[in-house]
Amino acid sequence: MSTEAKSHVSETARPAVGGLRSSRRALSDRAIINIFIWPTLALLIAINVFPLFYSLYLSFTDYSAIANQAPVWIAFDNFARILASEQMWSVFATTGQYVLFSVVLQLLLGFGLALLAREKFFGSGIVTTLILAPMMLSPVVVGLFWKLMYNPTFGYFNYLLGFDNPALAPDWLASRIAGQPTPGLALLAVIIVDVWMWTPFVMLLILSGLKAIPDYLYEAAAIDRASSWFQFWRITLPQVAPLVLIAVLFRTIEAFNKSFDLVMGMTGGGPGDQTEVVAVNLYRQAFLGQWQTGRASALAYMVLIIIIAISNIYIRNLNKMRNQS
Amino acid sequence: MATIQLRQVEKLFGEFQAVKPMDLTIQSGEFVVLLGPSGCGKTTTLRMISGLETVTHGDIYLDDRLVTWLHPSERDIAFVFQFFALYPHMSVRQNIVFPLQAVGASRETIERRLSEVVDLLRIAHLLPLKPGKLSGGDKQRVALARALVRRPAAFLMDEPLGALDAEFRESMRAEIKQLHIEQEATTVYVTHDQVEAMAMGDRIVVMSDAEIQQVGTPAEVYYDPANLFVAQFIGSPGMNLAPGTVAGDLLSLPGGNNYRIAPEWQETLSNTQNGAADVLLGFRPEAAEIHVAGELSGEVYATELHGAYKMLHVSLQEEHDVVHIRSDRQADYPIGAGVRFDLKPDMVRFFNPHTEAALLAKRPPPVSRREVVFT
Repeated sequence: MSTEAKSHVSETARPAVGGLRSSRRALSDRAIINIFIWPTLALLIAINVFPLFYSLYLSFTDYSAIANQAPVWIAFDNFARILASEQMWSVFATTGQYVLFSVVLQLLLGFGLALLAREKFFGSGIVTTLILAPMMLSPVVVGLFWKLMYNPTFGYFNYLLGFDNPALAPDWLASRIAGQPTPGLALLAVIIVDVWMWTPFVMLLILSGLKAIPDYLYEAAAIDRASSWFQFWRITLPQVAPLVLIAVLFRTIEAFNKSFDLVMGMTGGGPGDQTEVVAVNLYRQAFLGQWQTGRASALAYMVLIIIIAISNIYIRNLNKMRNQS
Repeated sequence: MATIQLRQVEKLFGEFQAVKPMDLTIQSGEFVVLLGPSGCGKTTTLRMISGLETVTHGDIYLDDRLVTWLHPSERDIAFVFQFFALYPHMSVRQNIVFPLQAVGASRETIERRLSEVVDLLRIAHLLPLKPGKLSGGDKQRVALARALVRRPAAFLMDEPLGALDAEFRESMRAEIKQLHIEQEATTVYVTHDQVEAMAMGDRIVVMSDAEIQQVGTPAEVYYDPANLFVAQFIGSPGMNLAPGTVAGDLLSLPGGNNYRIAPEWQETLSNTQNGAADVLLGFRPEAAEIHVAGELSGEVYATELHGAYKMLHVSLQEEHDVVHIRSDRQADYPIGAGVRFDLKPDMVRFFNPHTEAALLAKRPPPVSRREVVFT
């Protein structure tokens, strides 16, 4: 019965659709495909694929985009020089600290906020939306107004911390407390802003994971006499683990690359090179001073390799977790 | 094992009365089935006993302990969920030992109890698997193992067989009953399937419209339903009901049939109906015996072969007032043929059509009960 009915419907429907098509449409399917595909492809090749391979080539050359000289092939010299440079290792170390602290803090705070936001309370919807606001701002804008908030004379960040005398208060972005140099303070200041800006993103991901945990698991656990703590470790955490891993993956990659806007907006890498992360260093080598295009390309590729390696580790763990459940 | 007592327990969801105030005592070691159509409040009642749902009014006692406001974890009860509620990210082994680990049981205790329940349910081969890899029946065995491993004071089961295939259901029914007998565990079992309830329960609590309709053994609710709802809900098909009018010692039924009222019923019927009023005559399909000189007559409306017997649909009057009569599997009744039948006197019941309650004979019906026969 049902199959008969189905075939009847499709047979009457088919000519009607066909008629509509032929009367309304002058372009063939293939023409539409061409119109959409080729410009996209051309654009992609021009601004993505070509630069990708061209910069790979440049990374093996001595070349400056502002010098009137053709690239000179020097094989792995750029890579060797970067690896041998003490300054570069300190840049990597700074980046490592930046990534580690900001991702760990975002994860802890994001998880905590997600646990709070899961509970329904009066105005919870509005509060959740407000928490998400920082994430939607432009990093440059965020950098600029945090710069104002960190200002030792009129910024209210210090004031909120309880300092009322600008002379004794920390000058965050200059890494000084009461005039005394305090290394690490500027990096901490940038990390705080990164955490402020991106914790909501982590919260959002983890919240979606928490909301997907079925209630009956907690009911079963309540019957099984599990304490809240035991439920958290044995049910909540394993259930949201894949999303936690995705959050960490996203934030790690972004902390590597996109820290650029924030750091440039706030410190420009300073004071000295205290907040000079790889992205900022890369920019300086590529577009300031001597425009060391070849060496900058090599550095960019090294960052790419690091990110791919880290992503691979995460994704493997993610797949392992998926297979288990 | 524990006694469970509900005293005037009521549940409101806002304005909606999910469970009207009810009293119920479940004896230690008893297997009690809460039976009713969906939405009748049986699952809510079970969840209130477990503590997963708070009560609006009334009190719940486990043994003599007042547990009304205790958290589920403090009640010492196990709950088997309809859709198993196994922890999907843990192996079967981890699922089963979870309740023991949650209370910090020693390693030896865990191992000993684990091997006990695993042997009992014959699921040793499943231990390393994740629940996602198991069949419905195996998932249910694991859920039962997780409940059993704790040795709780009582087991609460919410339609545990509802999510299983028909073939599994029957064998799991027997397994659960067997477990109950071995463990002598107080069990409250919720189902909407009256066959399951009849097969498993020591006592059945029939619920409808958020209240208890009748509490009794399977034989009691089958042969002596307390009201029309129970009469029709229990049995498939339910009890036959024919409207009649009492006139002296005769009951006039549709189609010009007259049924001679047995002496033990005469006083009841004449009293309650003031000598001349309507009642409902009720009888089970197997209470009718087809006989050439039968007292009642009707016309065959339809016949169904149910394997071991044939079910006749007999209309007492012009395709109306159809009753079901169980007949010999080999007998042949053409549609439209007239049949005559008698009713076994001890299996006839009467109901007040207005209050819907069963009427009671002066002399209580015979105590000896036959086996309940089902298809």
